[in-house]
Amino acid sequence: MRKVGVIGAGMTLFRRRLQDTPKELCYEASKMALDSAGLTLADVNMVVSGSAPDAFDGVHMKGEYYADGCGAYGRPYMRVFTGGGTGVFSTIAGWWHVASGLADVVLVVNEEKMSPCQPHAQSVFGHIWDPILDRPLKPNLVWIFAMEMNRYMTVHHVKKEDIALVAVKNKRNAVGHPCAQLADPNITVEDVLNSEIMAWPVNRLDISPPSDGASAVVLASEDVIRKRKVQDKAWVSGVGWCIDSTMWTDRDLVFPEYVARAAKMAYKQARIDTPRRQIDFAEPYDPFDYKELHHMEGLLLAKKGEAPILTKEGVTQRDGDLPTCPSGGLLGVGNPIAATMGIKIGELFWQLTGQAGKRQIPHEVRTGVAQAWGDLMQYGAVVVMRA
Amino acid sequence: MTARIPKFPGTELGSKEFYEGKVTQVRSRPDAQYDFSAGEAISRFLEELQKGKLIARTCTGCARILFPPRMFCEECYRPTDEWRYIRDTGTIETYSISYIDQDAKRITEPILVGVVSLDGASPKMGMMHYFREMTKDEIRIGLRVKAVWKPPEERKGSVLDIRYFRPLKEGEA
Repeated sequence: MRKVGVIGAGMTLFRRRLQDTPKELCYEASKMALDSAGLTLADVNMVVSGSAPDAFDGVHMKGEYYADGCGAYGRPYMRVFTGGGTGVFSTIAGWWHVASGLADVVLVVNEEKMSPCQPHAQSVFGHIWDPILDRPLKPNLVWIFAMEMNRYMTVHHVKKEDIALVAVKNKRNAVGHPCAQLADPNITVEDVLNSEIMAWPVNRLDISPPSDGASAVVLASEDVIRKRKVQDKAWVSGVGWCIDSTMWTDRDLVFPEYVARAAKMAYKQARIDTPRRQIDFAEPYDPFDYKELHHMEGLLLAKKGEAPILTKEGVTQRDGDLPTCPSGGLLGVGNPIAATMGIKIGELFWQLTGQAGKRQIPHEVRTGVAQAWGDLMQYGAVVVMRA
Repeated sequence: MTARIPKFPGTELGSKEFYEGKVTQVRSRPDAQYDFSAGEAISRFLEELQKGKLIARTCTGCARILFPPRMFCEECYRPTDEWRYIRDTGTIETYSISYIDQDAKRITEPILVGVVSLDGASPKMGMMHYFREMTKDEIRIGLRVKAVWKPPEERKGSVLDIRYFRPLKEGEA
């Protein structure tokens, strides 16, 4: 397999509603990524796109619909879909195009527009459930996350205020992000605990609400990087992905085993045997505050039940020993599902190349891990990147 | 990134502009209807629900009693073996107290909903359902519960033939 590096990244604003169409959003993010890599579309061999359910944008087969915006016209193109996992998985798909030798330069573009769906994107989430066993109960997607959070809290004796610390950290971290929808420099644990209860134990500020946006990254082979003497690059040193059964009522929700298996696959490739020591910072998927903790444990960066303790001790702060979601995460920047690539893979690239501006981790970081999570609480995608 | 790029693309819309039609937009409502066939395992499961019974499938490969039932075992990747009735009592594995409905609209009377693992099936094998006859202060993980069925003439072969699960009373099997 050939060595692959990320050499450019771009993203749009993340907002509850954007005027721009899906095609326009894809174009803007892609153009920024190409410009930052010092390339033009003519340098791109193949295009990979990622987006979550078609029902949000309201265009069936939206990957084909917005392909022109991705610069895919007249080129080998594919869309990948692993629910929320797409935020990191599309980069893995781009990686194998280059690692295999099929392409030298690949543009990866992720898009999500959740605002067209009325009255709320929740109404289409209803269709991801089993039509016979679950749907008659009229479920709301927040329910299963509330159930998972409750199981995690109860088994590990974690208090809600310790989980709220994650929302506070990420919304404060996002203050330095120019695309942030949910940044708040003054938010406190009390604000989170006192926000409206949606589905206990989930309050409004424990969740990242729907959002619109797009993001893009440029992947290139080592040859291209050396020949062009590319300065700003971050190497993709390990990739992993894994799916669990959709029968979520048949497993213990306390630990995301599928994330652990994806992480082990990526760590093996990246020659990481003690992740807590060898990984300098992390961008785990954080659509809910407890998910950051759950995923830190799945990524083997904390022992089972230990992530809330590390958070409380400040280890996961930007200036801590293991900065976690220095971008501001989904909780702070926003959650346009697949487009969160911009704050997962994009953030790893910007941090590892020293371009993160106000968000830059104050000490030197050499190795980062990004992870996304999706489908019916069953999918993990993990990428390790090195300076 | 932050340092080098002065302005990030995207034009934000407020909810007022959006809903009052001050933005050029088009509206559409897809009309898609589906009839889902329940398949072999779940058809039997639904027929048994109508009779007031819960049924599972056994797998001799992994010695599990699989619920909800399926015709193949996803672990052993082989056909399952036999039908097996299980009980309508179980344990709350987890739950939520929901103040939102399916469309995220606010509701005042909360829905108690969660996962029940059922007695007679393998550990952790359960289903999602509602809980009643308990307050939001009484519900807890580990609480023993029993199904409350609809009267036979109202059952339709649906998970809703069970109205909800209630706390198991003392001395009740």
